[in-house]
Amino acid sequence: MLSRHQVLHVARLARLELTEAEQERMREELSKVLDHIEKIAELGDLADVEPTSHVIAVENALRADEPRPSLPAEVALRSAPESDMDGFRVPSPGPAPA
Amino acid sequence: MRPRGSSAPRDTNPDQRSSRSDALTLTAAEAAARVRAGELDAAELWHGYRERAAADALGAYTWVAGGGDAPAVDRNAPLAGVPVAVKDLFCTEGVPSQSGSKILEGYRPPYTATSVARLSDAGAPLLAKTNQDEFAMGSSTENSAFGPTLNPWDPARVPGGSSGGSAAAVAAGSAPWAIGTDTGGSIRQPAALCGIVGLKPTYGAVSRYGMIAFASSLDQAGPLTRDVTDAALLLGAMVGQDPCDSTSVGLPAPVALPTRTSLEGVRLGVPEELTGEGIAPGVLASFTEALDVARELGASVESFRLPHAAHALSAYYLIAPAEASSNLARYDGVRYGYRADGVRDLFHMYTETRDQGFGAEVKRRIMLGTYALSSGYYDAYYGRAQKVRTRIREDFDAAWERFDFVVTPTSPTVAFELGAKTADPLSMYLNDFCAVPMSLAGIPGISIPSGLSEGLPVGFQIAGPAFSENALLDAAYALERAIGFDAAPWRQAA
Repeated sequence: MLSRHQVLHVARLARLELTEAEQERMREELSKVLDHIEKIAELGDLADVEPTSHVIAVENALRADEPRPSLPAEVALRSAPESDMDGFRVPSPGPAPA
Repeated sequence: MRPRGSSAPRDTNPDQRSSRSDALTLTAAEAAARVRAGELDAAELWHGYRERAAADALGAYTWVAGGGDAPAVDRNAPLAGVPVAVKDLFCTEGVPSQSGSKILEGYRPPYTATSVARLSDAGAPLLAKTNQDEFAMGSSTENSAFGPTLNPWDPARVPGGSSGGSAAAVAAGSAPWAIGTDTGGSIRQPAALCGIVGLKPTYGAVSRYGMIAFASSLDQAGPLTRDVTDAALLLGAMVGQDPCDSTSVGLPAPVALPTRTSLEGVRLGVPEELTGEGIAPGVLASFTEALDVARELGASVESFRLPHAAHALSAYYLIAPAEASSNLARYDGVRYGYRADGVRDLFHMYTETRDQGFGAEVKRRIMLGTYALSSGYYDAYYGRAQKVRTRIREDFDAAWERFDFVVTPTSPTVAFELGAKTADPLSMYLNDFCAVPMSLAGIPGISIPSGLSEGLPVGFQIAGPAFSENALLDAAYALERAIGFDAAPWRQAA
């Protein structure tokens, strides 16, 4: 069973703000899912098994290194919640998070 | 061709059907052939489907093309102007694309996904965008910021997911065909639950460029169609290496339209682990009947063990959320989509935007994935899951020594009622256990309807070695013809 502290730690890593009710529900739901997932421990020692990160063998996929136009700034900024002077505008960083 | 009825949605009044509706009963391949022969006007097809999509009452769509002139199409193009419905998560230039999420509210991408652009180049204009589980996380299309999609066979039930909007649209006949994406069953399972055909290609066959990412080592786009021939035609227009996706490789040969009518000499393997406990009796009965049909067509059918299949779901629910937690880090309220109001600093803009913008299931997966990747747990969870993935690939490699295809039920149950599994995430996850092993191995799988159980469609899954799409489509075609499933929900209900 995950602790409330673990849930809060992971939420912070994931930049998620969880309400008290969400924290408790997340603790229960994730614990249940992890209990099921932990069945992979039954497979014993897998030290000699290579991990699979990609299923199809692909050699380096290279293209010619030629300059080409990029997305115009005004198009890239069109979907931004807030923009200013050809840039994305964000709130002040404020004090460093504790 | 097997008999095919009108594909009108259930609530269409037959008296109001015009001659235009007759064109809408054709499969996409039939419609394309008529357009090419000059017997059918592509504009008529466009307007007919556009009106149906606009009148959809199943929540299948998130956006439908406007009612102006039909797009100009070349009737000699491979897809001859037959319009296509596209899952919301494909970026479409200037057209809302938000992967079913509030966090991408109002996003209109500045570019179009390669697979959609290829379809458009092949003569299939964009008809509509379809509903889905948020970021493709779900098996019921209930996790959408747009609300749920309903199953055309019974509107009290889910269409499956995450490509539930595409499946419901095709099953209801409001789109001639559609594309979706499959990460752990998201094309095959909704196709099964809606009584249509769904194909997940080999990983890398279709470019992922412009697909709003869920789990990048698993995500793959593919067709959802009324029959196997349509699936082959649509797949053929989507595949290909793409300089914008370095993991794309295309297919070794062009996709051919299937012609095979016999399964003489074809060896089918039935994995014990995916055909026993957990499969509903009615689903298993339909599956067994389909195996009998396969034998009558000349196939050999033999049980075998896929020893690590029991662990596939666990590996999947570590790998996919881990990749998702990384992919979804980009939603920070800075460059596009939703941003929380009245935040006091940058850190809280991130956390409050993500808290308000993501739905419960997406948060659950981000949490699970972040935990699996976090310091101290990486080796036990994510690292170990990647090794289990290797074992599962090896299981399939061993299977191909003995069999041409592996067959299973696509989904352990028929369509379930709305709300039945939303309170228990694990029960929803268990729905994927027949589909996930193929995803982890990167191999192609197709779901075709094998019959009905409790009046609802059952899906039969055929999986083959990597890049065996042509053989897979041929086998599915032979079986489809022999089974003779009637894909018309309203007629079954009558």
